[in-house]
Amino acid sequence: MWNYSDKVLDHFMNPRNVGEVENPDGVGEVGSMACGDALRLSFRLDAAGRIAEAKFQTFGCGSAIASSSVLTEMIKGRTLEEAAVITNEDIAKELDGLPREKMHCSVMGREALEAAMIDYYQRLGRGVPCNLLKQDSILCNCFQVTKQVVKDAIMSHRLETIEDVTSYTKAGGGCTECHHDIQDLLRDCWDKIESGQAGQETGPGQLVQLSEMPAGPIYAAEDQEIVAKIEELFDQEISVALRNDGGDIELVRFRDNQVFVRLTGACAACRASQATIKGYVEAQLREFVNPDIAVIEVE
Amino acid sequence: MAQESSPRLNLMEGMPPLPDKGIYFDNNATTPVAEEVIQEMLPFLREHFGNPSSMHGFGARSGSAVATAREQIATLLGADQTSELVFTGGGSESDNLAIVGTLQAYPDRKHVVTTEVEHPAVLGLCRDLEKRRGYDVTYLKVDGQGRLDLDQVRDAVRDDTAIVSIMMANNETGVLFDSEAIGAIVKEKGVVYHIDAVQAAGKLPLDVRNSSCDLLSISGHKLHAPKGVGALYVRKGTKIRPLIVGGHQERGRRAGTENVAGIVGFGLACQLAGQNLTQEKVQVRALRDRLEEKLLAAIPDSQLNGDSEHRLPNTTNISYQYIEGEGILLLLDRAGVAASSGSACTSGNLEPSHVLRAMGIPFTQAHGSIRFSLSRYNTQDEVDYVTEVLPPIIERLRMITPFNALRATF
Repeated sequence: MWNYSDKVLDHFMNPRNVGEVENPDGVGEVGSMACGDALRLSFRLDAAGRIAEAKFQTFGCGSAIASSSVLTEMIKGRTLEEAAVITNEDIAKELDGLPREKMHCSVMGREALEAAMIDYYQRLGRGVPCNLLKQDSILCNCFQVTKQVVKDAIMSHRLETIEDVTSYTKAGGGCTECHHDIQDLLRDCWDKIESGQAGQETGPGQLVQLSEMPAGPIYAAEDQEIVAKIEELFDQEISVALRNDGGDIELVRFRDNQVFVRLTGACAACRASQATIKGYVEAQLREFVNPDIAVIEVE
Repeated sequence: MAQESSPRLNLMEGMPPLPDKGIYFDNNATTPVAEEVIQEMLPFLREHFGNPSSMHGFGARSGSAVATAREQIATLLGADQTSELVFTGGGSESDNLAIVGTLQAYPDRKHVVTTEVEHPAVLGLCRDLEKRRGYDVTYLKVDGQGRLDLDQVRDAVRDDTAIVSIMMANNETGVLFDSEAIGAIVKEKGVVYHIDAVQAAGKLPLDVRNSSCDLLSISGHKLHAPKGVGALYVRKGTKIRPLIVGGHQERGRRAGTENVAGIVGFGLACQLAGQNLTQEKVQVRALRDRLEEKLLAAIPDSQLNGDSEHRLPNTTNISYQYIEGEGILLLLDRAGVAASSGSACTSGNLEPSHVLRAMGIPFTQAHGSIRFSLSRYNTQDEVDYVTEVLPPIIERLRMITPFNALRATF
């Protein structure tokens, strides 16, 4: 039995704002029934631009329903700018915490909020103001490119200009509204590269192309021992856990404490896969194998 | 910024009053220990604490109690000789001893045959044998009803097959395999045959004397004995190497001082199970059927998982479309009812849904599956209470789901 807080149980047993807002200004839908979690969030703004009404429909476990319910409470009365700062950790905190394995439920809440805001601006025929999506993944709304993808491209290819970023990732190739954000990222990344911290970079999630991985064998001979440890943890813990969700994980490459993995099955298509990679796989490897490990998902 | 004026649902509104004591419908996970069993065990935790190997009265008292238990268990299984029984720490150890012990006895044979729907004790071991120990494993598939095609068994057994390990009854769906038809094929090929009878023992008659099996696993806590004790039946003349060495106990096949109190309880529990087999077959089945029929009739978009005919008398596994099992379990728990689910979200401490997936049950259906498993201690009042509370629970959870609209088109 999960150790749910009283607040989680209260929001599960007495969910607030169930249903769908009539004539909504924005609707966001994330997840799928196959994945085991899905959330549909709709909201309506009042004349002052504040969220007057928010409702949800959720397919998922108790903590998914509770996360959705508490999220509708949290965003009511806020402007979109005020709502946009709500992180998944805020949702979990408002519920007096979630079990570690259930943090993805709060991530789904955050994603649905984001999707609903994007929908709002799309209905207006406008791009999403970048400041609304500061914390999150989407940087270029025109091509739906995440901040992390841009960051990874800059770091691994040592990109120097916005045009470089656009040609590698498409980001910034549309309305150009995100150009100043790309410029900021370029500056941040180059600060890191020049100060020699590039190796320790572990963002909230990284997804690299197969071709971007270090070349050569799966692991070097001198890494045999550590790779054996990683494989063992995959076999005994991580694979077993992921298989319960209909997915699995495989080690693709190991270099300099960077563990390149591929998620398969249900996990491959899951929007919460970055939470799985960082919050679970990396945490396990750091605890049991080496605290300096970074896990990177390969497409 | 939370606003308490928000409209809220109360998922437990108008539910009937809670039953006096919890309703336990999760007997395939574990069973309550029979009161007679507890009473029988107590002296062996107090005054009769001797080590059965010791050369004094204390030891003799324990030794004879273990011998009696061995007879009681041999009777339930229909074993010719009590020496064919090896006490273990439970069902998982029995399964491990059967498979690993056989592989070690036949070091030249590197192949194992099992099914995709085995208990994790067998499945997890087989995956380990493949990945770490250089063995080859064939996993036989099941059909949509959870049934096995016998031709597959025939085709799977090879010259280097050491053991075929196949369960008698599935813990999640209760579906029964035709163990003797499988055994006939296996023995024709001269290969060791292990039956995992952990879920079947105490629910169905067993007769190892006339069975084709060489090895058969059972567990105490699935039949109203305590946890931590089980047994492996090893047919006389079957080669097997021990997992645990360092003592002469169990004729050198399982070292370690016997769990005397546990074994005594296990023995009596087996005797009681034997006496209650008819009750299990008639009364428990009637309760299960009543529960199942009422639920399927009262709840739209619900499907039974598994072959309804060849099934344990106590188990029913039903999927409720458009909702997720954990929510159902949480609300049932609030209503005083214990059950389990094949949903991924509950896999922290319940069986995963690998069985339903192997049957080709769509994910959407597996997520909303609930297993009720009854025992002779359940009553018709309990069944009727569950049939009263589950329909509104399902209906209310469906009010929350975004897939409710799908129901019209399904």
